[in-house]
Amino acid sequence: MILLQLAFEFFKAGLFAMGGGLATLPFLIQTSHTYPQWFSIDDLMQMVAVSEATPGPIGVNMATYVGFHVAGIPGAVVATLSLTLPAFLSILIIVRVLDRFQENRLIKGGLEAMRPAVAGLIAAAGYLVLKSSLFPSQAGAITFQWVAFLLLIGLFGLMRIKALSRIHPIAYIAAGAALGIVLQL
Amino acid sequence: MKAYWELFTAFFWIGSIAFGGGYAVLPILLREIVEKRKWSTEEDMLNYFAIGQSTPGVICVNVSTFIGYRRKGFWGALAATLGVVMPSLIIIIAIASFLQSFETIPWVRHAFAGIRIAVGALIASTVWNLLKNNAKTWVKAAIAVIAFVTVALLSVSPVYVTLAFAVFGALFYGRRQKA
Repeated sequence: MILLQLAFEFFKAGLFAMGGGLATLPFLIQTSHTYPQWFSIDDLMQMVAVSEATPGPIGVNMATYVGFHVAGIPGAVVATLSLTLPAFLSILIIVRVLDRFQENRLIKGGLEAMRPAVAGLIAAAGYLVLKSSLFPSQAGAITFQWVAFLLLIGLFGLMRIKALSRIHPIAYIAAGAALGIVLQL
Repeated sequence: MKAYWELFTAFFWIGSIAFGGGYAVLPILLREIVEKRKWSTEEDMLNYFAIGQSTPGVICVNVSTFIGYRRKGFWGALAATLGVVMPSLIIIIAIASFLQSFETIPWVRHAFAGIRIAVGALIASTVWNLLKNNAKTWVKAAIAVIAFVTVALLSVSPVYVTLAFAVFGALFYGRRQKA
């Protein structure tokens, strides 16, 4: 029964949460009101922190965490697959529509404008990631993290060097983790 | 069978190193799927993100399903999708079972502060490349800037921004038969 309820709640979140990152959070807050015995808002905030800090889509991490918290490993599996299902099904439908209207001028035109918009959205995601890292608010006052800023400039500079363009992104992520520990960020 | 296994393992690897989720995964997808495996082009990848942004579900899953389907139909889509969510299942279950307050350990916090900076730099570098290839006209540069400002500074939902530009593009580029 609890697994069915989990499946329903996460299918709903997966269906209505469009986009990435924390798009599922409002739905999970609702879930914690519907089923207060499952998890509290405080639990949820801890799950957000862990989900953001670990690899993988944040929405999927959240689903696994909440599902595990509520009903162990079966709960984790059910919640994760239920969240994933709407995304999977909607693309299977869309891909068929797109293939049928491949040469449609309106669809091509729409995508033509959506591509630069996505570039802008990615820039926005980067801005939001960096804002909290560079300008953390401590005790109400906004501070500026010089060390983090210099690390950012240094890493970005390395990425723009043509000869180094073969370096895998995971190497920069590993370097970031190591330097974060060394520099006590 | 081998092709499905390749899809599964490629996306399992991507899910294992995709810190930040959502758009932060794009630099990794461009490297793993476009440059290394040549399963897709940068233009198609941006189309997938644009479509993923305006359809239900977590955007990473949308994009993984799309790439899997394009390579190997339904079962390819399933292999890619299961691949990308599997690491979350394993890692989160491990953390939730063994580490009660994982995110409060000091060295873990420092490491993740550093990872956030690295992810930010990766995103910045990716945006630079994307703008070079996709904002060649004044109108497209303006679209990128408006999308950034409305989402980052005005906190408008990216869903509405993407949909608004889909309509704009259909009218502006679609009617001129140029696209």
